[in-house]
Order: sequence, then structure tokens, then C-alpha cells
Amino acid sequence: MTRLPQPEVAVHGLAYATETRTLVHDVDLCTASGEFVGLIGPNGAGKSTLLRMLARVLPRTAGTIRLRGRDLDTFSAREVATNLALVPQTAPYTQGFHAVELVLMGRYPHLGRLAAESAADIDTAMDAMCLTETDAFTDRTLETLSGGERQRVFLARAMAQHSRVLLLDEPTANLDILHQLKILSLVRRFVDEGLTAIAAIHDLNMASRYCDRLVALSEGRILAQGEPVAVLTPAILSATFGIRAEVYADPVTGSPVVSPIGPADDQAHTHETIQGEEQHG
Amino acid sequence: MDGQHTLRSFRRLSVGTRLAVGLPVLSVLVLATGLVSLRLGPVPINTLEVVWAALSTVGLDGPSIDRTAQLVIEQIRLPRIIVGAAVGMALGLSGTAMQGLFRNPMADPGIIGVSAGGAVGAVTAIAIGLVDLFWLALPAFAFIGAALALLLVYGIAAVGGRISMATLLLAGVAVNAFLGAVISAIIYLIPSEGPLREILYWLAGGLDSRSWDHVRIALPPIAVGAATLALTARDLNLLALGDDEARSLGVRTGATRTALLAASALVTGSAVAVSGSIAFVGLVTPHVLRLVLGPDHRVLMPMSALGGALFVMLADMAARTVIQPAEFRVGVLTAFVGAPFFVFLLIKNKRQVYTL
Repeated sequence: MTRLPQPEVAVHGLAYATETRTLVHDVDLCTASGEFVGLIGPNGAGKSTLLRMLARVLPRTAGTIRLRGRDLDTFSAREVATNLALVPQTAPYTQGFHAVELVLMGRYPHLGRLAAESAADIDTAMDAMCLTETDAFTDRTLETLSGGERQRVFLARAMAQHSRVLLLDEPTANLDILHQLKILSLVRRFVDEGLTAIAAIHDLNMASRYCDRLVALSEGRILAQGEPVAVLTPAILSATFGIRAEVYADPVTGSPVVSPIGPADDQAHTHETIQGEEQHG
Repeated sequence: MDGQHTLRSFRRLSVGTRLAVGLPVLSVLVLATGLVSLRLGPVPINTLEVVWAALSTVGLDGPSIDRTAQLVIEQIRLPRIIVGAAVGMALGLSGTAMQGLFRNPMADPGIIGVSAGGAVGAVTAIAIGLVDLFWLALPAFAFIGAALALLLVYGIAAVGGRISMATLLLAGVAVNAFLGAVISAIIYLIPSEGPLREILYWLAGGLDSRSWDHVRIALPPIAVGAATLALTARDLNLLALGDDEARSLGVRTGATRTALLAASALVTGSAVAVSGSIAFVGLVTPHVLRLVLGPDHRVLMPMSALGGALFVMLADMAARTVIQPAEFRVGVLTAFVGAPFFVFLLIKNKRQVYTL
């Protein structure tokens, strides 16, 4: 699926270990620009750790990360911020900032140290808020927003950051189904326009529908990667999540749909399955 | 009701506009308070004389005025007021920095042990009688004590490599408690009554008989610290949200945090060295201003500097007038007035005060 010879993000031998345990083992990953990569895997598989290392928020213990061929370590802190935008999993303390002030923070890496935001920066922020449908609460403090609303404000900030690569840690957690669809369609649209997105996504069917490629992680290792139809197979799902699942093509969208049946070791269930044609499209 | 609404609209204005309106307003208030304060005292001096005397002190000659008035203004009132402004500025700045850095509205300049360290230094200098030999011993010891306390707190938090703000906070609590006990022990062990009164006097914090020497030792470090804090104000917005946040938006968190801590300690140490412990200014000033201006440190930091200055100058003015001809301690007054006012604000704005 590589559309460009130069990969946007190329990761080699990436690892993260604490004194007591290794959270990410020897990860190799390569994404072309204009690709939407979904990270799937159970809790604690290392998805967030991987994303945080990619954003250079967490120092890795081994491996290299290249951004369009250039070693990420040679980027200044500001360059990293203008190239990679991270949407955190849980919105942290928000200190009474208004939603629009938070979105404007996405412009900080583009501004001089003592410069205030220009009218153009404010326009950029408002555009991002419009796209994420957060413009209704620009002047509300983040404490007064629901989890999903906050999530969308943080996504708006990542968009205002104008980075080529979006790193999203469960962007649809806490969101209702309508906003899950809206957010992922939006990310898809940005990707179709040339951005690259790497997102940890819990909902396998959403991941299957929107991502170009899935990476299955378990216990810090990549078990499989490829197009959704190649990764979402009963064998890989069993190895990754420890579940028994069947996969069939969605009759409407054609993307693979995972139908979980039970824990993999649950022998009580027989193979009463929906024998879907496991063909994509 | 109407005023409340106006305040909330002001909060929505851009950073530049909030500063463009706020800075001149507070500057005028600071200058006006300074002028009024220069007039107050046992020697009556009229406003015009005050202005000429103040101008001639900084080298601008106007019409000559009464010699006594000139001396009173030049040698007594003006340096005292400048020291008060500088101390208030320092406390406002470091209070803002600490509340942002620790993501904690309870934080104040003393949280990393600097004030208590300064107090131990000063109390030691008084107790062993060094102060009677040369005046500089008091601020010097206070400053050294402040620096040592910061190193101790930082050292404890740095054990094992990475510095976490939680350990820094807890180390600060422990060191503060320990240094408090050291002060009590010194007070308890002092044989004579003389230094005792002096110690208690110093601990209450005050600005009496501050001279140009105090201005000279306090202003340069406070200016350096203030400049550093101004440069890191935007980064502090991101640090206040969390380390991942800050790093993903281009802040070199380690270096920035160290700079912020060092600058805050520098200004607090300098303030403590020339005025003793003036309570409550660093805690209450950022809170009050945050309610009006919002949490953006690019606005809050410079405004807290002026706000702190104004607070201390007003307290000093009150301290000099309420029980004339005697004088009240400024540090006592700031807490006396500051604490109830703070409680009033908390109750009134219960919903607006941010939750952590």
C-alpha cells in the first residue's frame, strides 16, 4: 500500500523498558503519508506507550524513529511539536482554561516565545473547533464539558497544530456512536488529504472500517500488521485478545466485522458461527 | 451581578488586550499608592513636595524643597516603598509560578521550603549576634538559608533520578516542618530576651527601616527572576496541564521546570532576605487575578507581579497608619486582611474557582 517511496514514519527496533519490566519489545513499523494506521490490542498491550514514544513524550530505551527519513532525535522540541500532534487518552488537569484557549495552545509551537496568537492563529483554532463541532463551547471552561466534548476539544487542538502526523490515543473513547463516526470520518478526511494518522482504537469494527492498516499488539509485541482483512482473522484475534471470534464482511460497507463469541479457552461453546465470506469488498 | 458579567467578558479578550488594559491600570494603581504612601508619616509633606523629592532622588531636579522633607522622602520613605513593591512583586510572581508548576491552588512561594530556609538563616544570624556586627549578615544568612533549603528539597526529590512534582511537594512539606522545628528550637534555646524579640519581630515580616542598601540587594535578583518567569510563562500554561501535554507541544519540560523553580526560589529568597516572611501575598494574589483574567500565565504572571506589589504596598501603608505613631507588622496585616478576603472570594466564586 506504500504510495510514496519515503515513509512518513519509520520505526525500527523500538523498545521501552522500566527497571522491572519491558512494556514494548522490538517494534518495527512503517507508515506512508496519507495512511491511517490503527493500533489494536488488549489493555496494557503497549499502544499508549508506543504512541507516547512516537510523539517523543516518553524517551524510548532502544530503537530508532525516523520522520520522513530524518532521525527524530535530531528534531528540536518545537520541530517535534510542529510535525507530530498527540491527542492524549485522558484529558488531564485543565486549570480553568476555556476550550478555545486550549485549542490555541496548538499554535504555541508555531509562535515566538513572547508572541501572542495572531488573528490568523485564532482563525485556525476556530476552524478546528468548527470541524470538531466544539465551536458551541469556545468560552466554556473544560471542567464543565463532558468527557466526549473534552476529547473533541483536544482533537481540535491537534488539528490546529497543523502537524503532518496525528497520534491519537483512543480518540473515540467516551464518545457516543454519532461522534465516534464523526471523529473517525474527520480523521479519515485529513488522511485522504495527505496527513498520516496513527491511532489506538479499542472498537475493532470502527478500526476495521476507517483504517488502511491495522497493527495488532499484545504484551508489547507486534503480532500482525496489514490491511484490516488480513489482521482481523480468528487466529490473530485469538492470539492478540485471547478471544474466540468470527469475522465476516459487513453487508453494507464491505469491511471485515468481528463478531466475538467468547474467551478463547472457553470450550463450552461449539463452533456455531456465521460462516461469512472472509473476503474484503 | 453586572460587575460579575463585565469581569467574565474581560476574561474572554485576547492575551494582548487583557495585558494592554490590565498592565496600565495596575501600574497606575501602584504609582498612586506609592505617592499616597510617600505622603503618610509623622512628618507632614504635601503631594507636590513628595513628587519633587522623589524625582530629585532619581536625578531629575525640580524646584528645591524643604531639606527635612527631602531627607525623609529620600532616605526613609522611598526606599521602604520600593522594597515593599519589589517584595510584593517577587511573592506574586513566585506564587503564580508555584501554583502552575504544582498544579495546585494551595501552592505558595514557601512550598519548596525557601521561606522557611530563609527564616532559619535569619534567625540564626540574629541568635548568634552577627546582625549586631554588620547589617548585611541578616539578608545574607536569609538568602543562604533559602538556597540551602531549596537544594535540600530538590535533592530529596531527585533521589533515584527522575524528579516528580509529587515528591517535590512532599519533600517541601517535610523540609518546611523540619525547619519550623529548627526555628522553635533556636527560639527555645536562646538564653537572653533581647534577640528573642528581634526574632519574633523578623518572623512576622516587615518593611520598617529598609534602606537603599536593601533596594540594591533585592532588586537585581528579583529582576533576573522576573525576566526568567516572563520568558517561561507560556510554557507554564502547558506544564500546568501535564508533562505529556507540555512535551507534545514543544516544551523541554526538564530544563523549563528547573528554570521556573530556580527563578521562583531566587525571587522568594531575595524577598525573604529583605522583608522576613510576609504571609499570604503569594497565595492570594494569583487567585484573585485568575478569577478576573483567567489562567493564562502570559497574562497572569506580569499582572501578579504588579498585583503583589500593590498588595504589599497597601498593607505597608496600613501598617504605618492604623496604630500611629507605632507601627504594625506588614506580614501580620497581609494575613489579617488577606485571609478573610480570600475566604470571601472563595465563597462568592465557589463555582468559578477551578477544581483540580
